Amino acid sequence: MFLNAPDNLDEKQQARFQDAWMRMLMMVINAIKLFVLLAFGLVLFAFFGDALLDVFKQPTPAPANAGGSSPVAVVDEFDKVENGIHIMTGLKVAEGWEIVRGVCTACHSAQLVTQTKATRDGWQQMIRWMQQTQGLWDLGDQEKTILDYLATNYAPEEDSRRPNLDIEAIQWYVLELEAGE
Amino acid sequence: MSQRKIKKGIRALYAKDPIEADRLLWGRETDPVSRRGFLKTSALTAMGVVLGAPMVFAKHFPAGLIPAALLDSDAPFAIPGKHPELIVLNDKPLNAETPAHLLDDKTTPADKFFVRNNGLPPDAASLDPRKWTLTIEGEAVRAKKTYTLDELKSKFKHYTWQLTLECGGNGRKEYSPPTKGLQWTNGAVGCAAWTGVRLKDVLNDVGLKSNAVYIGYYGKDKHINGSNDVVISRGVPMSKAMQDESLIAWAMNGQDIPLLNGHPLRLVFGGWPASASGKWLSRIVVRDRVHDGAKMNGQSYRVPCTPVAPGAKVEDKDMCIIEAMPVKSLITYPKSGAMLQSGQKMPLRGHAWAGDLSIKEVHYSIDFGQTWQLCNLEKPANRNAWQHFNAQVAFPQRGYYEVWARATDENGVSQPMVIPAWNPAGYLNNACHRIAVKVG
Repeated sequence: MFLNAPDNLDEKQQARFQDAWMRMLMMVINAIKLFVLLAFGLVLFAFFGDALLDVFKQPTPAPANAGGSSPVAVVDEFDKVENGIHIMTGLKVAEGWEIVRGVCTACHSAQLVTQTKATRDGWQQMIRWMQQTQGLWDLGDQEKTILDYLATNYAPEEDSRRPNLDIEAIQWYVLELEAGE
Repeated sequence: MSQRKIKKGIRALYAKDPIEADRLLWGRETDPVSRRGFLKTSALTAMGVVLGAPMVFAKHFPAGLIPAALLDSDAPFAIPGKHPELIVLNDKPLNAETPAHLLDDKTTPADKFFVRNNGLPPDAASLDPRKWTLTIEGEAVRAKKTYTLDELKSKFKHYTWQLTLECGGNGRKEYSPPTKGLQWTNGAVGCAAWTGVRLKDVLNDVGLKSNAVYIGYYGKDKHINGSNDVVISRGVPMSKAMQDESLIAWAMNGQDIPLLNGHPLRLVFGGWPASASGKWLSRIVVRDRVHDGAKMNGQSYRVPCTPVAPGAKVEDKDMCIIEAMPVKSLITYPKSGAMLQSGQKMPLRGHAWAGDLSIKEVHYSIDFGQTWQLCNLEKPANRNAWQHFNAQVAFPQRGYYEVWARATDENGVSQPMVIPAWNPAGYLNNACHRIAVKVG
């Protein structure tokens, strides 16, 4: 998949070349994705277009009293929570979870969140990366809520068969070798 | 969980919360009104022991102050008689481990020998070696017999052995899920030259019956609750008791044993959990059954008889007494965090030990265990002595490295690179020791 950069480039130039190449590749892939999606949408509309339009003509109001048998089962499924987990997305129901659902699942599956563990800093870096490369918008005031939620509910677990050496705690020093060594 | 990252020096402990430090180290509580340290008898004893003398006017001593005698103008705070860099584990009574790089000596000096107390050491004033006696009794002796320390020294042949003592819980900190108990890193180990008489010579002099199964010890330490309850009374089966290297010792590296390590008399069973080697030894019982003293039963110094899943609950009846400790090694030079220039070779040193067995090989790895290089290995001074290894380590390019050491015992059993079998009280972690190195 990687194109070899010409040999006369230095390391930085090579990196930039690879970068440009990757971006081009991603653009082509995205264009193909978009095309496939549009085509699929057109086919769907051809088959179910009428039914879909009917929904808009006769919107069904959500029942005020959600208890008992609801005529709109889909609405129930959409908000269903069991044992503190939102069933449809798998997100933990805690402060800010609805904003996370709204913002994050606009582009990707919530599974990408629920399988990841990171510190607040780590989550922020992921957001920055999505903003720089994936078209995520500026989150404004919501960023704090989202980070609070993620850092609290999807924090790294100290649960490994062998933890890393505590890199923060290492006091680096220059090793003075004895003569003859 | 909060127990996981709690080691610190005494000075750091005081800097953070002096009142709490008082309580943790000495059991000294503070009167909230007068802010005077309220010294319970046990706290007085503990402070007195460390100071080397009882504290006069102790009740006027303000709370949260490190006694001035223990303050050294610029050096970090030290337990008297111990190296200032020993790491005090945040618990009462005093327990301290030795950072790996301070264990570089071939035999561990007294000031660098770790401290493990289950109770409070006896009052320094009560420890008069001239009046000290040792009584041997129990179901399996022909007749009870008492020796003075002088009699032991004059009647029996003296032996000096290098014997490795390691706390059964050394390395507990790495277990996951975490287990309760002192969160030792890897420095609850040392190998000193111990001098004394052989336990077997003394037992033979007393005369044993054929039904002898186990010996148990009693010492003069005091329970932290201030009562006369026995703090700890463990022991070993007759096979270990009658081994040539099992000593009743009064000297460490040719000097009196430090107070905190059992002065004036203690047992030393090299290669077994150090808790079997009773300190401040005053009585030995020869039992016709497995000794059932304090900390012989329940979950103490026991591991599941058959392997269990991490986090499992194990009933007491399914727990078996730990005997010889497993194969293990420690890198003692350089200290973790060494920075080298590209092309420099790094000298590597350390020790390896394996319960009652000898070490056959020690390897090191700089690539997380993908390849292993053989170290030079010295023969042990005697059985139960740790063995020294060394190597010259070359690094292929600049970058971050971890140097791992892995020992193999005479039966071909090696240290694991991951954490070994989880057990409810977190004993016997013999995973490879690792140091961090940066090159270039």
